[in-house]
Amino acid sequence: MDILSVSSGALYSAFVLYLIATLFFGATVRDKRTDKKQHTVSAKIAITLTIIGFAAQIVYFITRWFASGHAPVSNMFEFMTFLGMCTVFAFIIIYFYYKLSFLGLFALPISMIIIAYASMFPTDVAPLVPSLQSHWLYIHVTTVALGQGILFISFVAGLMYLIKEIDQTVKSKKTMWLEIVIYILFIFIGFIGITSAFGMMNYNATFEYPSGGETIKSEYKLPAIAGPNEGTLITENVMEPWFETPNWLQGQDAGRKFNTVIWSLITGTILFVIVRLIIRKRVGAAIQPLFKNVKADLLDEIGYRSVTIGFPVFTLGGLIFAAIWAQIAWGRFWGWDPKEVWALVTWFFYAAYLHLRLSRGWHGEKSAWLAVIGFGIIMFNLIVVNLVLAGLHSYA
Amino acid sequence: MKEIKCECGHVNPVGTVLCEACGRPIEGNQHLDGNNEKRLLNMRYDGTARRSQTYNKSIIDKIWSFFSSVKVGVWLIVLALVASMVGTIFPQEVYIPANAPSRDPAVYYEDQYGIFGLIFYQLGFHNLYTSWWYLVIIALIGISLVICSLDRFVPLFKALRHQKAQKHISFLSRQRLYSETDVASNEEIETVKNNLKKQRYNIKEENGHILAEKGRFSRWGPYVNHIGLIIILVAAILRVTPFFYMEEYVWVREGQKPIVIPGTDGQYYIENKDFILETHSKDDKRFEAAIAEEGMIPSNFQTDIVIYQTSDKTVPGADAELDPILEGSVRMNDPAKFDKYTVYQSGYQLNEFTSMTFRIHETADTEEAALDTFTVDLTAPEAEYNLDSGFRVVVDKYYPDYYLDSNGIPASETNFPRNPAYVFLIYPPNSDTAEVSFVGIGRNIDATGENIYKLGIEDFEMHDVSGLTVKYDRSLPLFGIGAAIFMIGVIQGMYWQHRRIWIHPSENGILMAGHTNKNWFGIKKDIEKVIKGTNIKMVEDQQELDEK
Repeated sequence: MDILSVSSGALYSAFVLYLIATLFFGATVRDKRTDKKQHTVSAKIAITLTIIGFAAQIVYFITRWFASGHAPVSNMFEFMTFLGMCTVFAFIIIYFYYKLSFLGLFALPISMIIIAYASMFPTDVAPLVPSLQSHWLYIHVTTVALGQGILFISFVAGLMYLIKEIDQTVKSKKTMWLEIVIYILFIFIGFIGITSAFGMMNYNATFEYPSGGETIKSEYKLPAIAGPNEGTLITENVMEPWFETPNWLQGQDAGRKFNTVIWSLITGTILFVIVRLIIRKRVGAAIQPLFKNVKADLLDEIGYRSVTIGFPVFTLGGLIFAAIWAQIAWGRFWGWDPKEVWALVTWFFYAAYLHLRLSRGWHGEKSAWLAVIGFGIIMFNLIVVNLVLAGLHSYA
Repeated sequence: MKEIKCECGHVNPVGTVLCEACGRPIEGNQHLDGNNEKRLLNMRYDGTARRSQTYNKSIIDKIWSFFSSVKVGVWLIVLALVASMVGTIFPQEVYIPANAPSRDPAVYYEDQYGIFGLIFYQLGFHNLYTSWWYLVIIALIGISLVICSLDRFVPLFKALRHQKAQKHISFLSRQRLYSETDVASNEEIETVKNNLKKQRYNIKEENGHILAEKGRFSRWGPYVNHIGLIIILVAAILRVTPFFYMEEYVWVREGQKPIVIPGTDGQYYIENKDFILETHSKDDKRFEAAIAEEGMIPSNFQTDIVIYQTSDKTVPGADAELDPILEGSVRMNDPAKFDKYTVYQSGYQLNEFTSMTFRIHETADTEEAALDTFTVDLTAPEAEYNLDSGFRVVVDKYYPDYYLDSNGIPASETNFPRNPAYVFLIYPPNSDTAEVSFVGIGRNIDATGENIYKLGIEDFEMHDVSGLTVKYDRSLPLFGIGAAIFMIGVIQGMYWQHRRIWIHPSENGILMAGHTNKNWFGIKKDIEKVIKGTNIKMVEDQQELDEK
């Protein structure tokens, strides 16, 4: 068996293990003693499975490194996978400090969504272009991912805080926004679902479109609702696009990406509507009772703690190491490239968060909302900046 | 009145909220930290007198108070954050792609992004990060950092340095963690003390009152990291001056004589021996799939260069005498250094024409036998070529980078000989009437159709061009120091906590209170360990839930 299939097998096992571990974490929710520091059987099984899953993911990482000759953090698939792994790592650390099992009920699914999202990008082992051939690739990217993984835990804690604390008996702006956050998570699940479904059918539609004086091909893996700008369909017997991608969407394969977004929105919305029809109340309201035994102030503290731990790591990786590498590779440590700017935006945001925590009145719910926004900013930098605002970092 | 005397006898500066000695809330000042509405005391700066909260008369007081406010600081951060985001909506001017139809920002933004692009351009957002107002926001953040830090650090430092173990009951009972134990024996108190020592608390005792403290240095973290940030901002200002920073971009052609490096006062010259572009082998099993998907993937950009220094012996006015001082390669991620300069591999242009050799033959001759040949050196094209056989060739028009513009008129896209084309006037021997010939790569047009002579391309030579950045940046060490100090400061402030536990003897028992600047979970665990084996009551968390 060749080493790459060992690698992808390990990643797949890790995913499945996280899934099973989530179910066991789910079982701990019913436990009334969650606020006491006692390990219940299911919590023990759950954390053991998580650790085995994490180990499996390390096997994936090392074998893939071995196979390609460079640390697997060089494209979107590899980076996002690693980010999911760092989130699990951060969760494991936090778990052993706070012994809070139900945190896993949210932290693991978030990691799984990230890993599944990663696997929607090309997974081929690609060689490094000259600009990436540096040890700083490993140092910079791994530190960034670790910092972001830790910051994600604050999002997990924040989201749980909101679900627990927001009054679901009356409809309000808060319940609406919380529901929107949950809806966005559904869109990610929709993206993963629809991409996997058409991927299994091997769907392919090829377009040609002009770009900068040349004709470029774009391969759609989903039926084209939005075709490329001024594109022509060359594959036969597939769905004709309904309309063209507007030309202000820039970058390579803008049409295909836009089309994927449309599909994700549709699928996510359908899933969300189905769930709402079944449970007949807001998703937040349906989850809320699970957290009856959870202490809100502990969630608040975990959220804050994750930011205090994650912020220095992110600064080091995302700004300082990034600047050192940029100085070596491009001769300028800072260039206002969109990715750089968004790293700075992230840094500004968490700096503001830390300052606000000094004031009374910003603990608890407001902090939780900020943690959710912070997660949004990081995801924006990973997804929108890479896929829409083309820059020096546009992988894949 | 300059000072406030507390009931305990300690004299506090004006504006003190909690007595520096005994911690008793000082009447009339409680609103400063918002204590009047709450049961718990605000311990942020230990109730010290801060200039910003105390004086508000002169204009300087007002400016000081304004910049020392965390609220103002956060607003400035949010402004910088939003402004930074706005700048990424469309590319900044420096990132307008090289292959854009027009790189003129006045045209590009409207052309590409319509009305929004036009607005973006007209508001100057295409150079947002160097705009005066963005720099003003950053400068205001800098001012805020300095004033905020001074306003808090000085009084906090004094207060913590002089703090007493003996605190007033009202100070203890209004801490977030508090318990009252009615009966506690001396042995129990001794156990607690030993346990505290085991947990590496520093113990201070006064008349049976105990103050256990650890991690005070973490309180200085924020001020340390602010110093780091200020150093970075100072470095950024210094970098604007030529002493600290110089950057030039130079195109160097293979085989060209050494050219002077701009920005070095004619002191250094550079020569391009060879530009190398390598790609990953498509036979590499590991990468087969990726290369099949994406096409060839480059593996190396490299320029082999020689750097020369002008010799001291150079006679003014004459050509410089050059001494080679560095022979080496510049690669991506591997710049070369000489003197104070660093050379980076930044760009390349493959296959420019160095020279083209043409032959003249009779149009009717199918063998195309050469009547004569001539060579155009594209680095220095001549206007006219007089050939031995008597032919005279005049270069009427020269397009180094030929294309047909939108009106179908020949034009040159750049000034570099990437796709040279010519209009030649050919004067046969002993004739004053010229034939007009248009010659380019794969083109040979005879406008009249009556030409007796025709030109063909006999041979050509090509070269690559390397784009190299030459620069020095003396501000780097300063940025490095600033960043290092910042990291030390955040780690110091974030990864350690300042924990204090007070024990106050009561009639038969003790009162116990705890405070930490963060991680309450951790201090509670500490206290649990400390009171283990005694009957002293665990502190209760009195956090007011309405604070959320």
